[in-house]
Amino acid sequence: MTAATLPTAHTPLRKHIGLGQVLVQSATLSRRGIVKLRRHPAGLADVIIGPAIFLVLFGYVFGGAISGDTGDYLQYVFPGILGMMSLFATMGVGVSLSTDLSEGIFDRFRSLPIARIAPLVGAIGSDIVRQLVSLAALIGFGLLLGVRFETNLWSVLSGCALALAFALAVSWAVVLLALAIKDPMAVQGLGAVIILPLAFASNIFVPVETMPGWMQTFASWNPIGHLVDAVRGLMMGGPVSEPLMLTLIWMAVFVVVFAPLSLIAYNRRA
Amino acid sequence: MSQYCSSPAIEVSGLVKRFSDTTALDGIDFTAEPGAVLGLLGPNGSGKTTTVRILATLAKADEGIARVCGYEVIRDAYKVRQLIGLTGQYASVDKDLSGHQNLTMIGRLLGMSRKQARARASDLIEEAGLTDAAAKPAKSYSGGMRRRLDLAASIIGDAAVVFLDEPTTGLDPARRGETWAMIRRLAAQGSTVLLTTQYLEEADHLANDIIVIDSGTVVARGTPDSLKRRMGSQTLDLRLSDPTQLDEATNRVQNIINATPVVDAHTGVLSAAVTDGEVMPAIVRSLDEAAIGVSDLSLRLPSLDDVFLTLTGHRATPADEKNEKEAAE
Repeated sequence: MTAATLPTAHTPLRKHIGLGQVLVQSATLSRRGIVKLRRHPAGLADVIIGPAIFLVLFGYVFGGAISGDTGDYLQYVFPGILGMMSLFATMGVGVSLSTDLSEGIFDRFRSLPIARIAPLVGAIGSDIVRQLVSLAALIGFGLLLGVRFETNLWSVLSGCALALAFALAVSWAVVLLALAIKDPMAVQGLGAVIILPLAFASNIFVPVETMPGWMQTFASWNPIGHLVDAVRGLMMGGPVSEPLMLTLIWMAVFVVVFAPLSLIAYNRRA
Repeated sequence: MSQYCSSPAIEVSGLVKRFSDTTALDGIDFTAEPGAVLGLLGPNGSGKTTTVRILATLAKADEGIARVCGYEVIRDAYKVRQLIGLTGQYASVDKDLSGHQNLTMIGRLLGMSRKQARARASDLIEEAGLTDAAAKPAKSYSGGMRRRLDLAASIIGDAAVVFLDEPTTGLDPARRGETWAMIRRLAAQGSTVLLTTQYLEEADHLANDIIVIDSGTVVARGTPDSLKRRMGSQTLDLRLSDPTQLDEATNRVQNIINATPVVDAHTGVLSAAVTDGEVMPAIVRSLDEAAIGVSDLSLRLPSLDDVFLTLTGHRATPADEKNEKEAAE
């Protein structure tokens, strides 16, 4: 075996972890998630083919019936699907965290001299990469199917950034869910059960005006609806400032409520 | 060479750990000197894993003190983590990553440069005999290969103290040798090793000292030789053709081995710890003189069950649990 590469009698033990080390550790664990993604074509297909299926399904199956014209409807539904996909992608953090917790690897991490938060930051970091891949795929397929952005590049990118930031804020709730149930399959299942009704009782697929009053009320409070309104405005034109404000308020609520709870639960486990 | 460690390398005193309705550890004390290989021998649920988890900073004790190289495991957890390596009971590697990627990742987490981490990973892959499988995902590994990868992962940082929680449980006995060889090389480099096991044979092969625990308390401690002297190096099993002669047979065996044999009234089997194979002919002659028929006679290495019968008077595994296990096999 080679000579020692780590502290020996000559180098005293470290007392604290430096910020640089925390970043290296988090990046190392993000990288792990990305390597896993590459090794799991199924997981990647999920984020790439999912957007394509939704676009084709809603554009060509429902588009004619809802809007009379497939092209018009794609223009309408595209920002909605973008918002919904980025919410679905947050499940990635939950699934990878609960998988680690249910297997021995989390104990390994905890026995290492690394920052406690590094595995969590790593899971979030690799999820951002997943989200970026998903966004790129969605925009690529959208353009292929004839979606035309009616604003400028800067606004479109801002819309993407907003969806990503919203997903990160929601991730705190997903982290809490994962820490509470610890079963990857259950996290995925429960996540879908929560996201689907939120997605459909909103303006993602149809304007809320056709819904019964009580559902309109629900939809007007639905955080996904505000996000989609803002993204729609940024990508297709229309009012931006009010839905953007409401989206930012919702994001703040998610962070303020769920981040401390998640961190408490995480520190108890990690 | 492993990192420097002051004496004692492991120090545990009055350790108590309670779970909601059970007491997992009920006041355990032991120490291990730097460089020693200490075997923690006990059945399932005796508190072995709990002890390791407390020492590896993964669980908090309710009472008592646990120190590694002089550092208290709760107050100085960060320093303890710089000194230890842990191989859990269930292989704790990422099964989607290759063996080499797993080891490189841990090297990076320990603060090595990318180049250092890769080189160290390659060395350990070779050490673990995994060169051919280095680039394959760990989920394609056999049980033994995964254990050796896990073991390699726990020693990347030249840990001063390595905890091995049942490193060969569930492995084909014929494949244990490769893992044992790796543990011996590890000990030869000066690391202190705390090894938990359910196999007396494993503790005997690897450990300088053995601590036998049962229901969260230490029931015996000593060198493998001294423990074997107490329980005999071999166990003699005798099955009588006519169970009514059991008392007479017990008396005769007792006179020859100078110890009380254990009699199982249900099966009519008489078991005795023997230190000397020479007693076999004497026992056969003595039973023959008394016209006691023997349907089955065998000598075997003592099992954990025998150790526990000798030391505690009860079996290591509750009878019904044992039957369930046997039925499942």
